[in-house]
Amino acid sequence: MADIVLDKVSKSFPDGTVAVQDVDLEIADGEFVILVGPSGCGKSTTLNMIAGLEDISSGELRIAGQRVNDKAPRDRDIAMVFQSYALYPNMTVRENMAFPLRLAKLDKETIDRKVDEAAKVLELTSLLDRKPANLSGGQRQRVAMGRAIVRQPKAFLMDEPLSNLDAKLRVQMRTVVSRLQKQLGTTTVYVTHDQTEAMTLGDRVVIMRGGAVQQVGPPQELYDHPKNLFVAGFIGSPSMNFLHAAVQDGELHTALGKVPIGDRVRRELESADAPRELILGIRPEHFEDAELVDDDTRRRGMEFEAPVDIVESMGSDKYVYFTVEGEKASAAELEELAADAGAADFAGAGGNLVTRLSAESGVAEGQSRRVWFNLEKIHLFDPANGRNLTLHEGRAAGALAD
Amino acid sequence: MSINATPTGADVAAEETRRPAAVPKQRGGRRKPPLSENKKAERRLGLLLCAPAALVMIAVTAYPIIYSVWLSLQRFDLRFPDQREFIGLENYVTVLTNEFWWTAFGVTMLITVVTVAVELVLGMGLAIIMHRTLIGRGLVRTSALIPYGIVTVVAAFSWRYAWTPGTGYLADLFSDGAPLTERASSLAIIMLAEIWKTTPFMALLLMAGLALVPEDLLKAASTDGATAWQKFTKVMLPVMKPAILVALLFRTLDAFRVFDNIFVLTAGGNETSSVSMLAYNNLIRGLNLGIGSTMSVLIFITVAIIAFVFVKLFGTAAPGSDDGERR
Repeated sequence: MADIVLDKVSKSFPDGTVAVQDVDLEIADGEFVILVGPSGCGKSTTLNMIAGLEDISSGELRIAGQRVNDKAPRDRDIAMVFQSYALYPNMTVRENMAFPLRLAKLDKETIDRKVDEAAKVLELTSLLDRKPANLSGGQRQRVAMGRAIVRQPKAFLMDEPLSNLDAKLRVQMRTVVSRLQKQLGTTTVYVTHDQTEAMTLGDRVVIMRGGAVQQVGPPQELYDHPKNLFVAGFIGSPSMNFLHAAVQDGELHTALGKVPIGDRVRRELESADAPRELILGIRPEHFEDAELVDDDTRRRGMEFEAPVDIVESMGSDKYVYFTVEGEKASAAELEELAADAGAADFAGAGGNLVTRLSAESGVAEGQSRRVWFNLEKIHLFDPANGRNLTLHEGRAAGALAD
Repeated sequence: MSINATPTGADVAAEETRRPAAVPKQRGGRRKPPLSENKKAERRLGLLLCAPAALVMIAVTAYPIIYSVWLSLQRFDLRFPDQREFIGLENYVTVLTNEFWWTAFGVTMLITVVTVAVELVLGMGLAIIMHRTLIGRGLVRTSALIPYGIVTVVAAFSWRYAWTPGTGYLADLFSDGAPLTERASSLAIIMLAEIWKTTPFMALLLMAGLALVPEDLLKAASTDGATAWQKFTKVMLPVMKPAILVALLFRTLDAFRVFDNIFVLTAGGNETSSVSMLAYNNLIRGLNLGIGSTMSVLIFITVAIIAFVFVKLFGTAAPGSDDGERR
């Protein structure tokens, strides 16, 4: 067990492309850290550099306080789990799990004992004599985990280990991974492109974009206090709504009406180089059917009326899609997020607003509905650089803060 | 938030009963007993589709094989056509008790074993080089394959000139006498020519095997603590085993029938004949159809045994298969 420190670690290829840029990250002993981001953001490259499968172009990587830049993977004492599981097809489950121990030249009894222990933890005991070809995806995945844990390495590195499983099994395995990591207390770095996995698994989440770290923090903090437009849009499902907002006479003109702003945001916007156009972000759960809001709550937000497009009833609550008129919010980050979601060419005209209303709401498709939203939960972003203007000392304070 | 979108068990069951039983459909089809009439018709169609190919095979391979077996059972020398008669296995006794045959057999085996072994090692090296080259990939691969592209007889002649004292640079460099007139050096040169010629072919087959080794597997082995050599022996070789066996089979069968190089380099002098040379000398030059055919049949049997042994090895060689148990 050990801590892992990345000190300005960069990776550039001979053709000049920079895959990872100046990543600073301190992973504490026993911590579960998730690297998440869209494809091509450098998260896997970062993991491979920690594993030693890829050279570090500049910067320093320390495991347990020791510089390991030039050490071969076998000398770093780390175990890795791959998306493809990478089980040795010619070996049985037992041989697969024993492989790292055999290479470490342990005696046969110790190997057998350790493999049996790991197999018991992962419920693989009955499968020990099978070959990987005769296992299901979930079983293979567990064998891959088993091969990683038998050795009690300094750290686990996991490269999208659950991505090849079907949705139901993935949810199940998520808890297995989580429990295992807590049980063993081994430092773990986990790469995924799935923000749900990132939110549910990690102690801390590292959001990457284009080879650079965007924000590091516990999942809830990233959700509540995103540093920039990219983090705000990436975390959360359904994702945050983004609306175009024009600054005019100390108010924000948006598709939802004129939004008042508090002193602190006003001061920010008074400087000469402040943007005249903003992007307003608001999460689906910060909307509510206006009929269901009590007066006390009503004061903290404002209302608008819009035609209901689609209602999706989830039982516990309702996802209601509204069509709102007005200019679309546009920024490089939003385009990238849309492209990653595969929806770049299908955003449609106008704005589709996703809201999450109480199940009691009598909302119906086709009608027009009054909706309340919470001004304290609003985020304002600078479209030029994506910065969250409502963030004060790391906390988001909404548009009204004084 | 997870939403269970799959229909309930009752729905599925109702769906199942509504479906007509006779028509196998996607999910239900697997559990129903196979329709024997359909299967039969399918099998009949399969046989009909194979028939033309099978007929051609019979005409071009089965007939000559049977005819040569028939010839091998007769005393049949074209110089004495009158003495032709059926003599059973007498030709086989003659050949198998003859020292020339056994010398040639030994030479052939020696050439086969040595060349295939050396080719396997060199070919593997070449394959790894071709597989791993990043720059000038096309050029490296093409230049490595040139020897295989040259006609064997042409290449054999250039080797012969190279080893002929006076005209050849290799003879002048490496020996005082005429290396192609002594048995040991002749055999070495024959094997050298064979290896030079067919290593690229071996490399090509092995490269196909290398492509079968997933990159992740090697990465996993690295993090598991394997050295480069351990990665090669414990991960790459087992995964490549089927490809290696195919390559070995092809090359062994080819090598056992070695003819061109010997024919050009020594013409079988100084006891350097292979069994193919011997059969040719008896059959074509000696016009003894009986003895020649007997040798051909013996070569055929040997090749069949080699093939059989290799194919037996294959059966359990495919990685990831538990014996007899497949999904």
